[in-house]
Amino acid sequence: MKVGVVTFPGSLDDRDAQRAVRRAGAEAVSLWHGSHDLEGVDAIVLPGGFSYGDYLRCGAIAARSPIMTEVIAAANAGLPVLGICNGFQILVEAHLLPGGLIRNNHGDFVCRDQRLRVENASTAWTNGFTVGQEITIPLKNAEGGFIVDAETLKRIEGEGQVAFRYLDVNPNGSLDDIAGLTNAGGNVVGLMPHPEHAIEPGFGPDTPDAMRSGTDGITFFTSVLQSALARA
Amino acid sequence: MNALVDSVATAEATPEKEQPYAALGLKADEYQSIRDILGRRPTSGELAMYSVMWSEHCSYKSSKVWLRQFGEKVSPEMTKNLMVGMGENAGVVDIGEGWAVTFKIESHNHPSYIEPFQGAATGVGGIVRDIISMGARPVAVMDALRFGAIDHPDTARVLPGVVSGISFYANCLGLPNIGGETWFDPIYQANPLVNALAVGVLRHEDLHLANAKGAGNKVVLFGARTGGDGIGGASILASDTFSAGGPTKRPAVQVGDPFAEKVLIECCLELFAGDLVKGIQDLGAAGISCATSELASNGDGGMQVSLDEVLLRDPTLTAEEILMSESQERMMAIVEPDKLEGFLAVTRKWDVETSVLGEVTETGRLIITWHGETIVDVDPRTVAVDGPVYNRPLSYPTWMDALNADSAEKFLRPSDGATLREQLLTLIGSANLADKSWVTSQYDRYVMGNTALSYPDDAGMIRVDEESGLGVALATDANGRYAYLDPYVGAQLALAEAYRNVAVTGATPVAVSDCLNFGSPENPEVMWQFSRAVEGLADGCLELGIPVTGGNVSFYNQTGDVPIHPTPVVAVMGVIDDVGRRVPSGWQDSGDNLYLLGSTHLELDGSAWAGVIHGHLGGKPPKPHLTREHDLAELLSAAAHEGLLNAAHDLSDGGLATAVVDASLRFGIGARIWLDELLERDQIDPLTALFSESGARVIVAVPREEDVKFLRLCEGRNYPVARIGVTDRGADGAGADLEVQDLFTISLKELRTASRATMVEHFGAVVGYAADLSGSGIHRAPGGGRISE
Repeated sequence: MKVGVVTFPGSLDDRDAQRAVRRAGAEAVSLWHGSHDLEGVDAIVLPGGFSYGDYLRCGAIAARSPIMTEVIAAANAGLPVLGICNGFQILVEAHLLPGGLIRNNHGDFVCRDQRLRVENASTAWTNGFTVGQEITIPLKNAEGGFIVDAETLKRIEGEGQVAFRYLDVNPNGSLDDIAGLTNAGGNVVGLMPHPEHAIEPGFGPDTPDAMRSGTDGITFFTSVLQSALARA
Repeated sequence: MNALVDSVATAEATPEKEQPYAALGLKADEYQSIRDILGRRPTSGELAMYSVMWSEHCSYKSSKVWLRQFGEKVSPEMTKNLMVGMGENAGVVDIGEGWAVTFKIESHNHPSYIEPFQGAATGVGGIVRDIISMGARPVAVMDALRFGAIDHPDTARVLPGVVSGISFYANCLGLPNIGGETWFDPIYQANPLVNALAVGVLRHEDLHLANAKGAGNKVVLFGARTGGDGIGGASILASDTFSAGGPTKRPAVQVGDPFAEKVLIECCLELFAGDLVKGIQDLGAAGISCATSELASNGDGGMQVSLDEVLLRDPTLTAEEILMSESQERMMAIVEPDKLEGFLAVTRKWDVETSVLGEVTETGRLIITWHGETIVDVDPRTVAVDGPVYNRPLSYPTWMDALNADSAEKFLRPSDGATLREQLLTLIGSANLADKSWVTSQYDRYVMGNTALSYPDDAGMIRVDEESGLGVALATDANGRYAYLDPYVGAQLALAEAYRNVAVTGATPVAVSDCLNFGSPENPEVMWQFSRAVEGLADGCLELGIPVTGGNVSFYNQTGDVPIHPTPVVAVMGVIDDVGRRVPSGWQDSGDNLYLLGSTHLELDGSAWAGVIHGHLGGKPPKPHLTREHDLAELLSAAAHEGLLNAAHDLSDGGLATAVVDASLRFGIGARIWLDELLERDQIDPLTALFSESGARVIVAVPREEDVKFLRLCEGRNYPVARIGVTDRGADGAGADLEVQDLFTISLKELRTASRATMVEHFGAVVGYAADLSGSGIHRAPGGGRISE
């Protein structure tokens, strides 16, 4: 199984996402923003970072890059796509997910180990979790406040499109504590926290068991392997 | 002849023309020696180059005679792993397995006071480019910061600006910030210190140097366009050149674009990987003046470049402004002609603008043309290497003896539990010891996925090799109060502390970089402080057996007429063969034995206790014990290697008491401490035991089953060790406490509240503080701090 990780100019967590893909047991394929070739991958990760320097609006320029034309078409045809942080912003700008992400309500960049509750465990990227499961993965952003109009909010809440909610602390003022979303098909998932930073003992968040031992993030990547196997 | 261009021909024809050398910072005799070197008056372009390259900042003219010691006081052991020493953009150390590490710390103090956000941001940008220039991938940053009084209104302007500047730039570069220091003292009120460190890793074969060799090779400028930012004095020359219109006002502080730098990093790494670069130099202070003259000086011939080829952000820039512009995110490479096409293909891929300015020649001259005229024709070494060197007068400060005589021993040392408890709470809430998450939560510590330790652990640690686990640890330290009392000793104590902070993680210290922040070198008392600090550091490094690989001097740091405390910031790097064996600074488990390594003396002069409780600074700083620091580091390394330690924390500011508080708060596990044996053995009173800042001391947590082995190790190495307590999670449901037997008990909740309140009170809330005040702690099965899969 091949999982593509797109590198835009200003992508930062692309190599981390590739590591996560490899640790989950898949092959990581580097995709280039200026290309139209998805190289036959079975799933795609849009990694974190500051694509195009966050100029205009976070994710706005990347959403219009050559590779995204192909990603949008593939996503609409059911290909699993995960957007992490800046990748989530790109998915929103590309209208693959609803709403928008604005400056954190406190105004600053924040990096912290964030607890989340899994709200939807039937997407391509979350099927290894159970609904209501509480996980901890790092969060690090300055523009993570989720906004959406009231009508859409009601719809996505009603249709189970909220994939993750912040627990204990809402770190950025997101509506309804929303940390991540999925589309109606369950193949596209976007979230602000970074699962690729919680995949390897020793380099993840602290847990009750040991320092830096949190690996809750790996389930995102094993989930997509499972869903690919199920489809095959 | 173009009337607007002050060419060499014009200079020869108008020898008597008056030039604004003084406004450019040159002394009359320096100007005269430029005329002597050239045999004529300099052109305005040459004057621009000499003035900026002969500045204190670029030429080290006041410090050079002293800095030589770092190269002279070395043993063969110190240089055996040194691939590149001082003098290049950054030192490079062989860490084994074919890997090398380059690191350096540098100041950006003055710009950060004028414009805190951009000043600090471009400080990070500059040091990161030094690391790229060596052929390395930057992998982490750290920052050592000094501000004025925490409650001064201007600190509320400077600190948030500096922190968000560092956060903005390094976060956007995708570099984890793994540690540093934030320190307050009114002495830095109008002169904050912003010292930024960057570290990079490379394979041995990827090493690159800044030299222009091989006649016919191309001189290529790439990265951001050249604009009018960071031009200090060049506007004077502009007004000198243009009679009409008057001078244009140019901003003195550079403006940073981390996106451009991130793209530049990836572009450079691809260029290195493709073997497309012969020599490379980043553009920092003095911009093109510095890059061309240094590359040419380090080469084997000369260089000819045309300024008309420089891509400009502002087409109205004059030649002098282009030469001096400090626009960020630019690099200069020397490229073989047959590799130029490949080079350009890579820069095109990354959308990095590139222009070929000229080529390496055999003339031995650096020749720069503009609008078809030669405006610079110099021997590059006279610009970059053979600048003026000053042996500035020194004088032992008149106030020194009185200061040293004024010991903190005059203050009452209470021994009742209630007072000691109150003093401890005051100390841990004081500006310098308080929790600094307000700062560090704005930094990305996760990016790259190799961060094994970061704030609040004693040192940051980065994995270098994913297969073997080989990694490096880094710590920066300085104590301006100690250095004020005795600059020689103060520098050694900074070295000892950074060294110890690396050693407690289980890493072996191997190299040093320093950032020497001082007042004006024209003040003989400051110059005396500087000379003593350098001597102390050089002697200390020799004694510890680790080399200084590079660094930076920052003079003219003063608030009004008052120089800052001498502040030699010392960064120490260590190597660990497997980051999986690293030791954190906090208790991880209940029931571990706590041992204090080292002995405690009555050393409260210059301490946090004297400063915070009594507002006092006087006497003599603690004695450095470098041989014992070395023994201690070896002991810790051996203990960590055998997996005998669950935690190890350095004792420094605030002594044993604050160390125990830090280690308890780290994972929310408390401790019971007893002092009797220590008081008896070291013949000290309880306050001294708790707050004295004697060196070469560390507290470690040892799992019971490793007790015998650990004690045998200490005995074998004849290192003083005393069991002083046990870690204790507290009863289920109740929070943990810190108990000092027969004296006092404080809940971790109260300690955490006191530690966290200070930064919040002055600078605002930290996300999540309210939710996790209880500090749930970690609950781990026995088995040591190793990472297991």
